[in-house]
Amino acid sequence: MERILYGDNQFFAVNHISDAKSMAQSIKFKSDEAIIRTLDYAIEAGINTFMCTTHDRIARICNVIRANPGKYKDFKIYPCMPYAHKYANAVTELGIQGTIKQYVPGNLFGTMFKGGMAVVSKDFLKIMELLIDAEMKMFKGINTPVIFLQNVITDLLLGLGMVEVLKGFHDYILKKYYAEPGFITMNMPKLLDTLEGAGINNPIICFSMNKVNFRMSGGKDLYEETLKTRKLRAITMQVLGGGAIPPKEALEYISKLPNVESILFGASSKANIENTVHNIRNFDKEKIS
Amino acid sequence: MVKVGLIGAGKMGISHLSILGAHPDVQVVGVCDTSKLVLSALEKYSKFKCYTDYLKMVEKEKPDAVFVATPTKFHFDFVKELLARNIHVFVEKPFCLTEEQGMELTSMTSERNLVNQVGYHNKFVGTFREVKKLVKDGAIGEVNHFMGEAYGPVVTKKKEGTWRSNPSEGGGCLMDYASHVIDLINDILSPITASKGSILKSIYSKRVDDAVYSLLELSDKTTGMLSVNWSDETYRKMSTSITINGDKGKIISDANELKVYFKEDHCPEGYSKGWNVKYVTDLTPQVDFYLRGEEYSAQVDYFINAVIGNVPNNINNFQSAWLTDRAISIIKNQK
Repeated sequence: MERILYGDNQFFAVNHISDAKSMAQSIKFKSDEAIIRTLDYAIEAGINTFMCTTHDRIARICNVIRANPGKYKDFKIYPCMPYAHKYANAVTELGIQGTIKQYVPGNLFGTMFKGGMAVVSKDFLKIMELLIDAEMKMFKGINTPVIFLQNVITDLLLGLGMVEVLKGFHDYILKKYYAEPGFITMNMPKLLDTLEGAGINNPIICFSMNKVNFRMSGGKDLYEETLKTRKLRAITMQVLGGGAIPPKEALEYISKLPNVESILFGASSKANIENTVHNIRNFDKEKIS
Repeated sequence: MVKVGLIGAGKMGISHLSILGAHPDVQVVGVCDTSKLVLSALEKYSKFKCYTDYLKMVEKEKPDAVFVATPTKFHFDFVKELLARNIHVFVEKPFCLTEEQGMELTSMTSERNLVNQVGYHNKFVGTFREVKKLVKDGAIGEVNHFMGEAYGPVVTKKKEGTWRSNPSEGGGCLMDYASHVIDLINDILSPITASKGSILKSIYSKRVDDAVYSLLELSDKTTGMLSVNWSDETYRKMSTSITINGDKGKIISDANELKVYFKEDHCPEGYSKGWNVKYVTDLTPQVDFYLRGEEYSAQVDYFINAVIGNVPNNINNFQSAWLTDRAISIIKNQK
């Protein structure tokens, strides 16, 4: 994995500290061109991996990437599934069963039969596989070397103790997509224990990590200790603590942590993308020397 | 260890179950639901014991406390049976379909000294807690107006839905969505006692309201407005906010960001004259297990701690949820 990964929250009005900023982003990134232009800024700054939710709009971004193979030949996407609000809103409206009916693909006779059988025979891992395939369709022909399960599902399964389902996701991604499975979580130490317990060693885990202890269940000390002493391929996110820490200070803390393979960040302006990349590269140099 | 059972493993129930499953002081002794699909998934992949009859679960597992996350129409009967067996109860919002039902359950809990809580999670959001503190301390002076709002994309197309689209089962925007805002107004300011006019509007739903607008009066005679719409797709998810105008300042807060304006130099510690902005990240304590917002874990923690006896049972108790039910019927009857 590359040292710096570019995220997509800013494109989809996900802002953890301000509803007003969220709306401003929604306006700024109304057109797909605005997203593509910003992605190009990230590429110019030397980032070739885009980590994104399986949002409907990403399908259109994928079309642009496929249409320009020369320009995007080194470009990689790390899909993160599912786009949870799509399902959460559907569950409020349709219930759990209604949501499965709506989203398990049913247009082709074949999948309908397979999906229908899965619901009847209660083969839930099969239902999950159908949902993964549905979410992965938009990435056909694009390099997706790591595929993630979103935190709301990872953590839901973690709390419910549904380890087999986490393992099922892991195994299916390896087998069907020849890609590496990853897990996003807000409960990193607990997830690592659970995955290791299920025989998944050195897992790719993307988690919140920052100087101010924001969304780090179990606390910063435990997180730092886990990084120092355990085996995992760590990606840190929410490194600015939702915007609570000055960027340079936040990046210095993250860059100097041991055992962090990649840093995920999102920014919506060219200047912020360049500054972030520049800061991380500089702190990395300081660390080496 | 507190032995906990759960009735209703739908959207909220599953979320509670996951938080309870990860809680160090909780042993989940049973889960009850009527959906075969949900039950077989839990039976196959989790360690929870599953039931289809909640009374059987209660008799067999003898829980200290039970979470009720069923459609609202079942709350009264289920909670009454549980309280009669001296079981502590956490029930989802809205509390009951009528004021009389809520009153009966509230008096049962005080007679039996049982811990009782309702799932109005906004009271565990750091920004709203700070708003309450500022108002109660008189930081913005005498309140002359408030505006409680919530918008989100729940029903954005015409179609038949679930119990949430059935008015007799506790469905509709007023019961389901606006109740959160009403509960916040009741808590931060004073209980709603009158509506000077309400509009309940259907936008896409056939049988229930999708938007609620109302002019409100509180027990201390403060007046203000309620504006809630769950058919607004310009919001990615539910966004709840409150604006309060006082003679010494003004507060605008949502679940993420608190903005306070003070007219004078004399302000509470950490604030100064003019605009002040604070973020939920500065105002929210860490939780042991995070699922979908600190407040969901914090409300479960609070309930479990009340059962253990570590905290008083005075946030979101039945009494306060009954006041919210009462305000819902005031608004409904005024339309």
